Amino acid sequence: MTMAGEILRRQSPAEVDVCGGSAQELHVLAVDDSLVDRKVIEKLLKRLSCKVTAVDSGLRALQYLGLDGEKSSVGFDDLKVNLIMTDYSMPGMTGYELLKKIKESSAFRETPVVIMSSERILARINRCLEEGAEEFLAKPVKLSDVERLKNFVMGGGEVCSDRRINKRRLEENNDRDDGHAPSPVSPPCSCDRAACTSSSSDSSSPSIAPSSSKRLKIHHQG
Amino acid sequence: MDVAQLKRQLFAYTALLFHEGFLDEQFTQLQQLQDENNPDFVVEVVSLFFDDSERLLNELAKALDQQNIDFKKVDAHVHQLKGSSSSIGAQRVQRVCIAFRNYCQDKNVEGCLKCLQQVKHEFSLVKNKLETLFNLEKQILAAGGSPPT
Repeated sequence: MTMAGEILRRQSPAEVDVCGGSAQELHVLAVDDSLVDRKVIEKLLKRLSCKVTAVDSGLRALQYLGLDGEKSSVGFDDLKVNLIMTDYSMPGMTGYELLKKIKESSAFRETPVVIMSSERILARINRCLEEGAEEFLAKPVKLSDVERLKNFVMGGGEVCSDRRINKRRLEENNDRDDGHAPSPVSPPCSCDRAACTSSSSDSSSPSIAPSSSKRLKIHHQG
Repeated sequence: MDVAQLKRQLFAYTALLFHEGFLDEQFTQLQQLQDENNPDFVVEVVSLFFDDSERLLNELAKALDQQNIDFKKVDAHVHQLKGSSSSIGAQRVQRVCIAFRNYCQDKNVEGCLKCLQQVKHEFSLVKNKLETLFNLEKQILAAGGSPPT
C-alpha cells in the first residue's frame, strides 16, 4: 500500500483545469440550513482563499448545480465547483439524499462531497461513505479540517488526520443522544494503515472495509 | 481606565468564562478566524446565534405547551440549538441540549420542561457574559488599543 501522499498525488485532468482557472482558487459549495454554521463555514473557507457559495438547503444546492431538472446542464459547463460540503441533518432533503443526487449526475459525480454532522452515528457515517462521500466531518468544523480538505482537493495533502481520528474516538460516548452504543469509529482511511494511527481492529464494523476499498480504488485510478 | 488595564481585565474575564465552562475551544477558533477583512466576525456570528436561539426557545415553549406534544418537533428544535451553540462554543447551553434531547427521546414531558427552563437560563447567562466581553473589547478599541488576539 502506498503512502497517503502518493495516493493523493493523482490528479485527473478535470481537477487540474478546475483549479488552474484562477490561481488555484477553489470554489466550494457549502450547504447548511443553520445560519450560524453557514457563516462559520464561509469564514473558514474564505480564510483559506476559497471562493464560497453557501446555500441553505439541498434543493437550493441542486438548483445551483443545475441538477434540479429545471434547466439543462448544458449551460453549466462554466460552473466549476471543486468541493461540496454539506450538513447531514437538514429539513426536506438530507445531506445523504443530496449526496446521492450529486453522485448520480454525470456533471458532478467526480466532485468530492464531504458530509458534516454533529452526530456520530456509525450507520450514518458508513452509509455516506459507501454512497461516495469523500469524508464525514464532525461538527463543529475546524480550520484544520478545511485546510486538510483543501490540500486534498488540490492534490498532495493528506486525507487522513490523527486529530480527526482521535477526536472521533474521544467524542464517542459523550452523548447518548447520538442514539447508538459507543463503539470505536475508525474512519475509512485511504492511506497506509500502518502509518495511520487508527487503532480500531473492530471486525464488527463490516462497512469499514468496503468503504475503504472503494476509496482506495478511487484514489488509485488514473 | 487605561488600555493595559482594560486588556488585563478582558484577559481575566475571558479566562474565567472558559474556566467556568461557558465557552469552549470553538469560541477560540472563531476568535482566530477574525481578521482585518472581517474585524467584527465574532460579534456577527454570536449575534446570529442570539437571534437564532431566541427564536428556537420561543418555538420550544410553544411546542411544549401543546396538549399533544410533538416530541419529534421539540427534538428537532433542540438539535438545532445544540448545533448552533456548539458552533460558537457555548458549552453549557450545548450540554443542557444533550440532556434535553434524551428527555425528548424518552417522551418525558417533565424532563423536557425542566430542560427548557435550564437552557433558557444558560442561554441568558452566556448572552450576558458575551455582551460583557464584547463591551470590554469595544472599550479597548475606543481607548485606542488594538483588539487583543
